Amino acid sequence: MDSPDSGSSMQDLDRRLQAAKKKHEPKRSADDSPRDMSGVGVGLRIAVDLVAGVAVGVGIGWGLDNWLETKPWFLLLFTILGFCAGMLNVYRTARQLEDKKSQADATTGPDGDTDNGGA
Amino acid sequence: MAADPLHQFRINKIAEIDVAGVDISFTNSSLWMVIAVVVATLFLTLTMRQRGTIPSRGQMIAEMLYGAVANMVRDNVGSGGQAYFPFIFTLFVFVLFGNLLGMVPGSFTFTSHIAVTFGMAAIIFVAVTLIGIAKHGFKFCSLFFPHGAPLWTAVILIPIELVSYLSRPISLSVRLFANMTVGHVILKVIGGFVVALGVFGIVPLAGLVAITALEFMIAVIQAYVFAILSCIYLHDALHLH
Repeated sequence: MDSPDSGSSMQDLDRRLQAAKKKHEPKRSADDSPRDMSGVGVGLRIAVDLVAGVAVGVGIGWGLDNWLETKPWFLLLFTILGFCAGMLNVYRTARQLEDKKSQADATTGPDGDTDNGGA
Repeated sequence: MAADPLHQFRINKIAEIDVAGVDISFTNSSLWMVIAVVVATLFLTLTMRQRGTIPSRGQMIAEMLYGAVANMVRDNVGSGGQAYFPFIFTLFVFVLFGNLLGMVPGSFTFTSHIAVTFGMAAIIFVAVTLIGIAKHGFKFCSLFFPHGAPLWTAVILIPIELVSYLSRPISLSVRLFANMTVGHVILKVIGGFVVALGVFGIVPLAGLVAITALEFMIAVIQAYVFAILSCIYLHDALHLH
């Protein structure tokens, strides 16, 4: 008489625990981890990625021109290449952030999405 | 007083040292680096000395730092990454303490100097490249050419990939340096408004409180981003995409 009763109350407790956990989990992972960066952080990161590519391209081009005395051809070529490289950097960063977001969504459920939607 | 928002970034020599014409003086920047190392070491050793089953607050923080970096290395470097955990952990803690100590009023933020951040980024870049070459030899160059692309595109793709690879230390260092410098300049400029506006200075003061909180967050996030990007670069060198 006693044991099935306590078994069902344990099941009930288990169910309530699961429900409580589910309710708290997405919220916890959304606020405190530094993993989801603010919108400003993402923007700055992408801007720096783009500019770094162009800067390296210009640097290489200017250096080669000075060394080989072929002004301004290497500068022109490597500025364009640098811009492409910057775009590639931006693409990679964006893809990596997207991967991380979809991973976070998979673990926390679709509810977590609304919080980082602005990023 | 304090009208120049860039004054806080000035480097002062504390002890002048000159070796064979190279100026390696001990500056306020070096002093704060030493303080960061000492504080981090003391904090981690003192909090972990007791090793309680029920951790104290300090032990919790130390364990959280360890856990965060261990997860980061496992998720981002992949197999064989554990060997580099000590390096990444040291890097993360050094940058984190540098950023956070910079939030102490009157202190010096050494991570707000591109010389420091670029120095660290350059070390990471050279080390990662050497690790990649040591592990894969000539095959390391396949990092610069994606799988399955038609061969004639190599003429365009290899220079682009090469420039992109070379831009890594720059974006890594500029990101940290820019974030720290901009934050501190904004704090100083708005602080100037508080003084200038008298009673109405309460408005920018309220803003300052919010910005200070934001700055603490940025200090942690930027240390985290610096470490996580080092992990990603390490992953590329170890696994070639």
